[in-house]
Amino acid sequence: MLVSELIPLIEAKNLTPTLSEDREVTCGYVCDLLSWVMSHGDSGMAWVTVQTHMNVIAVAVLSEMACVILPESIDMEEESLAKAVSENMVVLRSPLTAFDICGRMAAKGIPAQN
Amino acid sequence: MEPLYTGSYHVAKDDYTSAGHASADIKRQLKQIGVSGDVLRRVAVASYEVELNLVIHSLGGDLTLNVYPGLVELISSDIGPGIPDLKMAMKEGYSTASEMARSLGFGAGMGLPNMKRNADDFDIKSTVGVGTTITMGFHLA
Repeated sequence: MLVSELIPLIEAKNLTPTLSEDREVTCGYVCDLLSWVMSHGDSGMAWVTVQTHMNVIAVAVLSEMACVILPESIDMEEESLAKAVSENMVVLRSPLTAFDICGRMAAKGIPAQN
Repeated sequence: MEPLYTGSYHVAKDDYTSAGHASADIKRQLKQIGVSGDVLRRVAVASYEVELNLVIHSLGGDLTLNVYPGLVELISSDIGPGIPDLKMAMKEGYSTASEMARSLGFGAGMGLPNMKRNADDFDIKSTVGVGTTITMGFHLA
């Protein structure tokens, strides 16, 4: 599934609209402990987290993820979004809970692992 | 043997804002040299882990990248405080991270084990009151 297809599925808004949504989501993950994600992150991952500081983008880029998803309409700091744009990492914001976001992704066949 | 490429980065204690700059540059340099795929990803993860460890746990230190034919080497060397119990520090889930680090989502106790998992060679030496040196090797196929 492409990020552009994921956006309507989870009713999300792309907070980094200048970046291409034409990238493949191959697996999903939810976790707010960055140092845990660093050891479990994978390429093509759509990662749901309530964390919004700059290190979130660094961790997502490191694992070559497809996108970061903020649940429950959480906002991200401007400087984090600027970093996301400069690092080419798409950030989405969804009104749904992390549980619902993962549920909808799983129902569409997105696995937990590549 | 002289490395084909070498780069060195100073990492300051508690500098969470710049954390990731060294590892981002390491990844960039390696990419330019032609390192790619699985090895590049493993070096990137391990270098970010070790850079964050310097920020969170050390009094400051240096991260050095050496590229040899067939080998990427990362060396982290800090000026203290040293690790009193290395065996515990290597255990997944054990962490001595500060409240500040934890509030940013770090301190899961996965750093050192994750470095070891991602590197092909891993060596750690630590002396309390002196410092810690971590040497990691990544084999280029």
